[in-house]
Amino acid sequence: MDLQKTQHSSEDFEGLIQYCLDEAKRLGASSAEASINIEHGLSVTARLGDVETIEHHNDRALSVTVYFDKIKGASSTTNLESSSVIETISAACKIAKFTQEDDCAGLADADRMANVILDLELDHPWGITPEDALSVAIECEDNAREFDKISNSEGSTLTTSRGTSFYANSHGFSGNYQSTRYNLSCIVIAAKNGAMQRDYWYTTSRNPKNLETAASVGKKAAERTIHRLGAKKLSTQTTPVIFEPNMARTLLSHFISAISGGALYRKASFLLDQLNKNVFSDLVCISEDPHIKQGLASSAYDLEGVATEPRELVENGVLNGYVLSSYSARKLGMQTTGNAGGIHNLILKEGERNLDGLINDIGKGLLVTELIGHGVNNVTGDYSRGAVGYWIENGEIQYPVEEITIAGNLKSMFKNIVAIGNDVDQRGAIITPSIVVDGMMIAGS
Amino acid sequence: MSTENQIEIAKNFILSPSGINESHLTQAFSTLLNSSADSGDIYFQSRKHEVWSLEDGIVKDASHNVSQGVGIRAIKDDKSGFAYSDEIVLPALLESCKAARTIARGTSSGQIQAWKAREGNDLYIADNPLDVINENDKVELLKSLDALARKQDPRIKQVMVSLAGTHEVIFVANSDGSMGADLRPLVRLNVSVIAEQKGRLEQGSAGGGGRVSYEYFLKDNQAQSYVHEAVRMALLNLEAVDAPAGTMNVVLGPGWPGVLLHEAIGHGLEGDFTRKGTSAFSGRIGERVANKGVTVVDDGTLKDRRGSLNIDDEGTPTQCTTLIEDGILKRFMQDKMNAKLSNSQSTGNGRRESYAHLPMPRMTNTYMLAGEFDPGEIISSVDSGFYAVNFGGGQVDITSGKFVFSASEAYLIEKGKITKPVKGATLIGDGPDVLTRVSMIGNDLKLDKGVGTCGKEGQSVPVGVGQPTLRIDGLTVGGTAQ
Repeated sequence: MDLQKTQHSSEDFEGLIQYCLDEAKRLGASSAEASINIEHGLSVTARLGDVETIEHHNDRALSVTVYFDKIKGASSTTNLESSSVIETISAACKIAKFTQEDDCAGLADADRMANVILDLELDHPWGITPEDALSVAIECEDNAREFDKISNSEGSTLTTSRGTSFYANSHGFSGNYQSTRYNLSCIVIAAKNGAMQRDYWYTTSRNPKNLETAASVGKKAAERTIHRLGAKKLSTQTTPVIFEPNMARTLLSHFISAISGGALYRKASFLLDQLNKNVFSDLVCISEDPHIKQGLASSAYDLEGVATEPRELVENGVLNGYVLSSYSARKLGMQTTGNAGGIHNLILKEGERNLDGLINDIGKGLLVTELIGHGVNNVTGDYSRGAVGYWIENGEIQYPVEEITIAGNLKSMFKNIVAIGNDVDQRGAIITPSIVVDGMMIAGS
Repeated sequence: MSTENQIEIAKNFILSPSGINESHLTQAFSTLLNSSADSGDIYFQSRKHEVWSLEDGIVKDASHNVSQGVGIRAIKDDKSGFAYSDEIVLPALLESCKAARTIARGTSSGQIQAWKAREGNDLYIADNPLDVINENDKVELLKSLDALARKQDPRIKQVMVSLAGTHEVIFVANSDGSMGADLRPLVRLNVSVIAEQKGRLEQGSAGGGGRVSYEYFLKDNQAQSYVHEAVRMALLNLEAVDAPAGTMNVVLGPGWPGVLLHEAIGHGLEGDFTRKGTSAFSGRIGERVANKGVTVVDDGTLKDRRGSLNIDDEGTPTQCTTLIEDGILKRFMQDKMNAKLSNSQSTGNGRRESYAHLPMPRMTNTYMLAGEFDPGEIISSVDSGFYAVNFGGGQVDITSGKFVFSASEAYLIEKGKITKPVKGATLIGDGPDVLTRVSMIGNDLKLDKGVGTCGKEGQSVPVGVGQPTLRIDGLTVGGTAQ
């Protein structure tokens, strides 16, 4: 086959992967897997009503993993020319001459490979030109800058991306799928009495038709920014905290980290040995659905070719399962959950109240709209992060707050979830409404 | 190694295999500048990277990665057009030039008259740092560190060690006819352990590295020192009590706690933010932003340091830039485009993660110069407070100026004495204000061990930080104990 061609068709890449598997076998590997990811796209930023950057993206990468029985080697490259491909395979095999035997190493079991590749409607090409992309970004930013209090801008950016993922292994599994993703964001600045505030809004989808309008993104960015003007510090105290959906997502991502196989077998998790136990308050039901049409984290098979399945991960606060790859599953004496590469659409079941209802219900407390810093310890669950948001009293928002931290321990925070909203945010692999956590420590003045 | 040699090696390494020569570069620039673009650059990069990792007592994983490509940028005033290709061949190069130039409408003709080499620094070895010890020795090193950690204390239940090395060759050609090249080694060793006592699990980690070869870890028991440090931290954390919550006097130890400077003021002094007026420090050159005695520099010219570069990614030699002198704001950090738009000069801070990313102003090694106080004197001056000697990461909102950084090793100060270890906590403050609260500066300036990675707009670059022991009056500590 000719590996020199610059424009590969999808058959070429499948052929290239097969070549990698064959070559690995020729070099003595007992099994092997390989993947190729191709991605191209555009990123256009408008600032102050004019173009600031136009970036054309064009990425390719090949990864090869070889196993000599229980010994593993891996190598990757962005150069898909034949000499480079051959070097990549031999580099992986060379590494396996030095790494040590690991009983759990190897491909996922053959009987777990996806038989049917579901069409999850992930590919929605949009032939938008850089000029039209710029118009969208300008319209978005204009809608934010129309507000009098918006004094400056970091711009509005439209990104488009279309890619193809190929994966095959020596069980004979071979899969590929195309997908698109679009993102429109806007970041603006408001000033009052010499103090500046910045906030943002964004929309993201696999289908350009489902993006929020440019006008709406710009307006929300402006409103969120203006609301932050005049922020104050709070005094140090214990109080309930509402995490708006975008921040609730971060809490659930800490949960996923803690029940991921890698953390569990290393004992680097605050949720060790919690299977079939209450890890959340009984309000919490969490499911995983890898097969949502057009879902941002939808996939018919995981990074090892294992078929994905919908499941109830948490029911009434009780943990039903972990997030495992074949390797971490073997380390734990369990079966893979088809999560090599991570979670596929995690969904927190919504409650009945909207955000205003939650604010009304808690009466007094903090609404968090942004968190900064890395103060989360996955081993102990200790949690301490910088926060921005609003102080609530008498069931209403009183004023914006900043320069405070919120702290607790995730184990008890999860059990102290006292309410869940219905304001579901679909913009990520984690789909969640607002979450209310009781009894968090706020540090301020 | 001389600048000429660096350029020759880089050309032989990246350009020659693809048959690209100087006349092709001239042709590429005439394609790129066949628009109203006023400048541009072409950045070639080839990068080899490896990681060896040990856990459960065996070196079970290693990977090798090669990435290469060329990034092309056209600039018109404050506008940038950008395209890249992972194929270093003439047709792909010209195609990317056409894509990048769409930023500027209209036509003019730019022509390179003559290519000339731009001088750079000579701060680190040019050889591939990955090849100086063989694979068997890498494996044996990791295994010996695992054994050493487990021998320290029976409470150590898990040991993870990783050894990572990068060898990067870059070649950058600019539309002003200048060429520059840099051969950049970068290595890192990290040790992470988990200790268990009566059902309580705690983590400790330590590491270091720099623009050196793997031999660095073999000298002076360097690698072993990371093991001792990681074990010490994990065992200490087993005894830690809840951190306090509230505003108090804080003493920061020397070295890595300099992440304070990186977050609180460093990002806010980057020339893109200051030019656009989005930083809380915009337009404040000449103003007092810190107490007397506070001098902060960004220095890309320190030998062998992780944040150092012979030239930045635009070909400008790095320098030592005084940002704050005796409390007065002196200078912002600039790349070429932002310097030009701000009527200033590049300070050699134009950096990019790779050929697939646009350059922007980034820090190199940012640190505060030493003062006169003995560290012991600083601690004993605090009646009741918080003493933090090691940190995880930090983050800043450059517009509001609010920043955080998270302590991973900290103690209470009671009646001028260091007492109980406390759990990690996030500290939060206001960037433009915090250095006016520095009331004592130690005489013990230290730089970090070579572990920092800075993220900005999705791009990661290696950096360094440093500072002497500091007393800061009234910083908010985000613990859980009232």
